[in-house]
Amino acid sequence: MLAISAGGVIVWIVWVAAGFACLASGLAVVSFTNPFFSALALIGNLASLAVLYLLLSAEFVSAAQVLVYAGAVMVMFLFVTAYVGPRREPPWISGPSWQALAAVLACGAIFVEIIVAIGLKASGRLGESAHVGGDFGTPAWIGRLFLTDHLLAFEITSIVLLVAAVGGVILGSHTRRAGAGRHDPEGAAG
Amino acid sequence: MLLGPNIVWYLGIAAFLFATGAFGVLVRRNPLIVLLSLEIMLNGANLALISFSRHAGNGAGQIFALSVMAVAAAEVCVGLGLIVALHRRRLALDVDELSELRG
Repeated sequence: MLAISAGGVIVWIVWVAAGFACLASGLAVVSFTNPFFSALALIGNLASLAVLYLLLSAEFVSAAQVLVYAGAVMVMFLFVTAYVGPRREPPWISGPSWQALAAVLACGAIFVEIIVAIGLKASGRLGESAHVGGDFGTPAWIGRLFLTDHLLAFEITSIVLLVAAVGGVILGSHTRRAGAGRHDPEGAAG
Repeated sequence: MLLGPNIVWYLGIAAFLFATGAFGVLVRRNPLIVLLSLEIMLNGANLALISFSRHAGNGAGQIFALSVMAVAAAEVCVGLGLIVALHRRRLALDVDELSELRG
């Protein structure tokens, strides 16, 4: 009994630390002016989310989060941020400040709505979580699910990734002939 | 059983992350930061999916979260391609000034 409660206290401590880091880095991503710092804050957000996934016994998703997001996607983000280079930063909002006020109201409404919906259901159904076996969330278990019950989702995901890769290559390929005439008179003359 | 906090606390964090990302998408004008805010929204949804997956003891939520990750990678690929194309054409990186497609 003592061991179980000690484990619970440790999980609480880890949860509070990871949750606070998650919320703070999320706010930091939105509020930093420099996209480079925003991307770095998002890496912190993804890492703390990976800790939360581990607490929810989703080991494979946690590892994939760190590898795919914090590893691959964020490297691409930082590369493009460095490629685009320092520019004049557009201000936070355009136009009058009632737009910002409306954005705050809309997001607050979303948040309150979700919390109220959870609170209405929490009394009955969200009280006690199910017991899960030791293989819940392991790579073998995920792989078996992906190749049996969710094979269609797996294949469609691969097609979506392929299409996105082709689209990225086409968007990134040289469009000098089409784009030269816009703001470059010499290019248009030549 | 689930040690530590109840599933409701995880859902609260997920809701806050989603609202934060939505605020960033609505308010910020730099397309890079709009993309980063979209990632935060997707991660909030992912956290909710994994919480419900753990709560129900069902693996479909984790499969869905992995699919969301792949779709997010695809979205970042296309979005960053668009930003690089904007940079090539010397256009301003400001989502309010990109109104060429307006009818």
